Amino acid sequence: MLKILKYSFFDLMRSSWSYVYFAFYLLLGIVLLFLNSDLSKAVITLMNVIIVLVPLIGTIFGVMYYYNSKEFTELLLAQPLKRSSIFLGQYFGVALSLSMSLILGLGIPFIAYGLFKSNAIWDFSLLLIVGVFLTFIFSALAFNIALSNENKIKGFGYAILMWLFLAIIYDGLFLMSLIIFEDYPLDKVSLIGTMLNPIDLSRTLILLKLDISALLGYTGAVFKQFFGTSFGLIISIFALIIWVALPVLRIIHKSKKKDF
Amino acid sequence: MVEIVDLHKKFGKNNVLNGVDLNINEGGIFAVLGPNGSGKTTIIKSILGMVIPDNGTIKVFNTNIKKNSNYRSKIDYLPQIANFPSNLKVIELIKMIKDLRGQTNNDQKLIETFKLQPFLNKKLGTLSGGTKQKVNLVLTFMFDSPIVILDEPTTGLDPISLIRLKELITVEKKKGKAILITSHIMSFVEEVADQIVFILEGKIYFKGSIEELKTKTEQNDFEHAIANILTKNHA
Repeated sequence: MLKILKYSFFDLMRSSWSYVYFAFYLLLGIVLLFLNSDLSKAVITLMNVIIVLVPLIGTIFGVMYYYNSKEFTELLLAQPLKRSSIFLGQYFGVALSLSMSLILGLGIPFIAYGLFKSNAIWDFSLLLIVGVFLTFIFSALAFNIALSNENKIKGFGYAILMWLFLAIIYDGLFLMSLIIFEDYPLDKVSLIGTMLNPIDLSRTLILLKLDISALLGYTGAVFKQFFGTSFGLIISIFALIIWVALPVLRIIHKSKKKDF
Repeated sequence: MVEIVDLHKKFGKNNVLNGVDLNINEGGIFAVLGPNGSGKTTIIKSILGMVIPDNGTIKVFNTNIKKNSNYRSKIDYLPQIANFPSNLKVIELIKMIKDLRGQTNNDQKLIETFKLQPFLNKKLGTLSGGTKQKVNLVLTFMFDSPIVILDEPTTGLDPISLIRLKELITVEKKKGKAILITSHIMSFVEEVADQIVFILEGKIYFKGSIEELKTKTEQNDFEHAIANILTKNHA
């Protein structure tokens, strides 16, 4: 698996898109940090960008890489290699190279800004950890969709729909259900609802770490009680790990049964 | 070497293989023939584990290939359409496959045989179809495995390369290898093949030498013998 990972990783590192992605974060980091005096505001803006953009890029890159490397995959399938190591190698290659662009792109301006001396280092690290998790989650979901769809256009369509649903539609449905059932106690339901969407989960995790939960009212207090504690943090990280593990397991399962 | 028992495969509603039994237990050149869509490539891909059969067993050197991948180190495969990652250079691709599969020095000789030196530093995406096929042949033959599977090896080759390919196949045969070839070029098949495996509607219709095929169909000429099977069964 590591050899496949190495080839996929270097293949992507040579592609100009990785540099565009890296340069985008570099520019974003520099602009937000050096043209903005308030560090915590910068982190919030970054969060908003990361939480929407990272899943989108992970999804598109995942689907694109799978379909583009089809020939390479077929070449590998005739070699004495396990199917699971071929596909996992490619998946980790994509996820790692995207994570690298993210970490380096945001990390360099932050280091230049002197972040190691500031208190925001923990907020910022959490931001990066969440970003890496989202990259791994969404590229795994994208690989799943691509594996299940021979048709490129269909695969792309489903992948974008998946992103749209988790990034936007889910929140809408979630809010609507909260309004409809507002007469009932909803603390637990909304906690579970948050756990079921990796994007919501990430957002809540960062917001509460930033200590602006007072803005969120009563529900915020419940959330704070949960996510603010180390127990809540562990549970959330655990939920994110499950969100990576399940799609990865399905990649292994699905790839074993597929005809090429 | 290869033992296939009662192989079945459906793609959706399309029944491609209907109980194929095939036994290859000695070296030689086996031509797998049949009309378009008869399941030649599906059989080959099943042996390679690229297509998962619905039913039946395949054994390579007496090991069941199900949930196994190591047996593929005993098989060299030339795919039908030479599609390679287009942003890779020829030399990088050869190096990569060697890295994945094990070291070999045969590649130098093969590059020489097919006169590929001027293309080594070119990207695969810029090569012509015939040159890609030559790269494909180098990748296939460089590992010297006991089983060789060639899916349409002649596609796009110029006459000189075709002669070299025939020489190469004859040399490999003398080493006692089992070589499976699919081709639609009957003159090529007649020239190189020891045994014909004829597939019709997902089953083995005939297995034997060219002479036996001629006797069976009462034709003097190989091409007509094949045509005879086809017209008889589709008339």
